[in-house]
Amino acid sequence: MLDLIENFLGIPAPLLFGQLLLGLINGAFYAMLSLGLAVIFGLLNIINFTHGAQFMMGAFVAWMLLAWGGLGYWWALLIAPLIVGATGVVIERLMISRLYKLDHLYGLLLTFGIGLMIEGVFRNEFGSSGLPYRIPPELSGAWDLGFMFMPIYRGWVVVFALVCCLATWLVIEKTRLGAYLRAATENAALVQAFGVNVPRMITLTYGAGVALAALAGVLAAPIYSVNPQMGTNLIIVVFAVVVIGGMGSILGSVITGFGLGIIEGFTKVFWPEASATVIFVIMAIVLLARPAGLFGRA
Amino acid sequence: MADAIDAAPVRAQASGAPLMEVQDLEAWYGESHVLHGVTLDIREGEVVTLLGRNGAGKTTTLRSIMGLVPRRAGSIRHAGQELINARSDVIARAGIAYCPEERGIFASLDVTENLMLPPVVRTGGMAVSEIYELFPNLKERARSQGTKLSGGEQQMLAIGRILRTGAKLLLLDEPSEGLAPVIVQQIGRTIRELKRRGFTVLLVEQNFRFAQTVADRHYVMEHGRVVDMVRNEDLNTSMDRLHAYLGV
Repeated sequence: MLDLIENFLGIPAPLLFGQLLLGLINGAFYAMLSLGLAVIFGLLNIINFTHGAQFMMGAFVAWMLLAWGGLGYWWALLIAPLIVGATGVVIERLMISRLYKLDHLYGLLLTFGIGLMIEGVFRNEFGSSGLPYRIPPELSGAWDLGFMFMPIYRGWVVVFALVCCLATWLVIEKTRLGAYLRAATENAALVQAFGVNVPRMITLTYGAGVALAALAGVLAAPIYSVNPQMGTNLIIVVFAVVVIGGMGSILGSVITGFGLGIIEGFTKVFWPEASATVIFVIMAIVLLARPAGLFGRA
Repeated sequence: MADAIDAAPVRAQASGAPLMEVQDLEAWYGESHVLHGVTLDIREGEVVTLLGRNGAGKTTTLRSIMGLVPRRAGSIRHAGQELINARSDVIARAGIAYCPEERGIFASLDVTENLMLPPVVRTGGMAVSEIYELFPNLKERARSQGTKLSGGEQQMLAIGRILRTGAKLLLLDEPSEGLAPVIVQQIGRTIRELKRRGFTVLLVEQNFRFAQTVADRHYVMEHGRVVDMVRNEDLNTSMDRLHAYLGV
């Protein structure tokens, strides 16, 4: 099989699988970030442009917990999303909630501005060179799969992201809380007239979406260097993923996230120069053919 | 049409102080002033209708009681509690349940999820098995998507889901609208059964022949005001008056 790939495509199998793995890793982050965006957009009707900054905050909080508090990766995985999610709750209560009666564009501008401010503060405080964060000892090393070496941490990221996406999907599609969310996405006023405290639900949903971004940030800390721009670089691609998948579609954002990560990885093998633009080319084609996105409701 | 509705009117058996008193209720949508002082009351166990032509303010009255209009003034007292400034979730939790004219069935939820959606606000609501007894169709369609149901089934679902919550005052907005006569009869039987079980109902209706088969009293609305009140037993002697109001 491996020989076949090598002979047929003229590409060494380790290179192919290496890029496939890299694509899966990137896809895992695309999926987790676009999932949070989809959850927030579904209920708040706001495209959360602070998402990249909140992803970066997750990585920084993980770094601070270790450097200042001596709390390692596993604690960070639990605590960082809670801390960053709490800042999201504060931002929603104090600022975003005042804009629901206005055009959606205001929410976009506000969250974009907040994102820039957060990144500015972190750049001022920590510089832009990046801080190291080590892979936890339990997940360091690599498995020899025969045809390639698989760093354990990278496998962990893919599996963990898949579990997070599946758990989020289950909560939204199969639980009572998820039924409230879906119903409020359709008709929030009626859900509130049944006795559900919808404003509080919106606040907590924003907090949960932000916590998902921060969780992805903690996962990313040992792979990418922890620096104030790490979110900006990623989030531009994630917005393209969201547009391709369809705004507000949970399953769509997960499938599109992983799918586009893999496509990007393969492009690096076959046509490296195009790998940075392939997602945006796909976005343009999808927008022309299906403006609501692959999984979006028209 | 009247012949299609077979049952005799339910005799008034309500008593005691009003469960809800609405006084000088005004409401606005943006700049437009829709309600100009609605005053009515409902005693516990009564079925009361709001009659009136299109645009008289019947639906807005229900939406205002439920806190679903942008701005309102006046007084809404329910079981001794003033609700004019309360948020709609607080009003629901006070024990008032609302079935909107457009029925409000959620497309992304199946029938069971729609049925279980409104949170229980009090003890003493109907069990799901009792609701299925009242509306056997719903049980057969439990896994269907909410909006795949027929109009009649959607109406049954919209009524059925607010019976679980323990709310004792039901606001029903034109449950007979657009339904086949046989379904209208079933809705009528349901409302009489709800009355027998002790529910209090405020019902918006265009069709006073249907209203006649279920209600104890009728309020008539015109131009955002209540202009008359007729007891069901006086309905036949007041026919000329009603015809003038409703233009039928």
